[in-house]
Amino acid sequence: MRWLVLLFALAAMPLKAEVVVLGLSKDKVAITTSFEGSEILIFGAVKRESPIPEGDPLGVVVTVAGPSEPIVIRRKDRRLGIWVNNESVTMDGAPSFYAVATSAPLREVLTPGEDLRKQVSIPRALRSAGALHEFKDTATFTEALIRIRKRNGAYVVNEGGVAVDEQTLFRTSIKLPANLTEGDYVTRIFLTREGRVVSQYETVIDVRKVGLERWLYTLSREKPLWYGLMSLAIAIAAGWGASAAFRVLQRQ
Amino acid sequence: MQIYLPIAEVSVNAFLLLGLGGLVGVLSGMFGVGGGFLMTPLLFFIGIPPAVAVATEANQIVASSFSGVLAHVRRKTVDFRMGTVLLVGGLIGAALGVVVFNYLKSLGQVDLLVKLSYVFFLGAIGGMMFVESLRAIRKSRSGVVIPTRRKHGLAHKLPLKMRFRTSGLYISVIPPVIVGIVVGVLAAIMGVGGGFIMVPAMIYLLGMPTKVVVGTSLYQIIFVTAFTTLLHATTNFTVDIVLAVLLLVGGVIGAQIGTRIGTRLKAEQLRILLAIMVLAVSGKLALDLLIMPSELYSIGVESGH
Repeated sequence: MRWLVLLFALAAMPLKAEVVVLGLSKDKVAITTSFEGSEILIFGAVKRESPIPEGDPLGVVVTVAGPSEPIVIRRKDRRLGIWVNNESVTMDGAPSFYAVATSAPLREVLTPGEDLRKQVSIPRALRSAGALHEFKDTATFTEALIRIRKRNGAYVVNEGGVAVDEQTLFRTSIKLPANLTEGDYVTRIFLTREGRVVSQYETVIDVRKVGLERWLYTLSREKPLWYGLMSLAIAIAAGWGASAAFRVLQRQ
Repeated sequence: MQIYLPIAEVSVNAFLLLGLGGLVGVLSGMFGVGGGFLMTPLLFFIGIPPAVAVATEANQIVASSFSGVLAHVRRKTVDFRMGTVLLVGGLIGAALGVVVFNYLKSLGQVDLLVKLSYVFFLGAIGGMMFVESLRAIRKSRSGVVIPTRRKHGLAHKLPLKMRFRTSGLYISVIPPVIVGIVVGVLAAIMGVGGGFIMVPAMIYLLGMPTKVVVGTSLYQIIFVTAFTTLLHATTNFTVDIVLAVLLLVGGVIGAQIGTRIGTRLKAEQLRILLAIMVLAVSGKLALDLLIMPSELYSIGVESGH
């Protein structure tokens, strides 16, 4: 079925030298109670009307961006002998997850100018997502944000992570961590020739909590009083249950 | 087995949480404290966002205190009247605490306040308890029994006096209400029941007999932490019910084991062990504030979106 859709998509393509045709191993990720992260296979083909151009081989860049959220980056400084949060920088929105995979080192497949225009690399994507409020030394703050989020797997750069066959077929896999925020994960694919983007494709991976997770989350936001009362009822029941069970055990 | 927590939005090992709940439960059963002062820093450590840890811990304490208070009601060691007076103060304090908590959260200083409160209160109470129990051990070794004398302090001079039959006291309601307010504020800010402050305050400040102190403290803690849970749930949406269930299952089982271990130890030995533990937690948190952190930057979610 998916291949059929792909075929129709191929037929409906406008006339361009090289065009991306894309497939995803799944376009929905369900966060269940036992969610341990997910791996998404992104694959596709290049459709062209003319023979493969000569020169540098085809470059492919894949980015996946999670939903943006407003964040504050704080720096600790020593005050009165103890380390306390001091200066901070606010960002209107920073993606909760961002992955870049390329077929070759990023600098080779994308010129800095194109990176600026398309906001592909992590620093560029951050700049586009959140206008920084303060006009102080924000660079060290964004560097810290990238460093921390790379460490916990929320921001990923995988240079050479896209495999390209015969300059036509490409595939990569993006690992989504277990600590995932729900929302629309915007997936972009760029085809580049000598650092210039020749074709671009965009789609959305839908990441949603389902089942019990969905129900509890919705309840906690829409009926917080009931949710709180339910939490208390469970706590009281468990406390009573333990006490009753202990009495039974003691009698034996 | 990994479990995805719907509100904390992190994936954690369920057995780790059951184990942590159990371990803290054993300690709380042994010493008659809620164990929140140990659990909340441990939750920070395994990566639960501080706001969620504090709110959820309040919910877990409801369970362990309720379990504990039932045993005390059967033994008739709960002073309901005193508990209710403390509770009035406690509820005012909890409401104040949540307001302070939200204000500091917007300033980005909530971590500091929580940590400083921990260092200060744990250090002070641990130190006092350590000295007091060391003296008690020496006294019991030398075999001299000093009769305890009823002191007529401030609590007897202030107006609005009330008779507390179970405690055998006739004192002003002002000191217990103030004690309640202080503990309520701490409960909301630190995510603790405040038993480790309430118990010494009731013995030393209010002059209540030791046998009714734990039950009465637990009785009022149930309501203060229940109120705190509801406030956090409705204003911050930070109570994670899945996390709470995992912790309290381990906690209530651990508490039963702890109670059995506790009955085999002497009161002074128990107190000195608790004092050492409280001092250790306080010392660790103090070091964290004094030593330069390896990562100076932290990321917080901007509130009010």
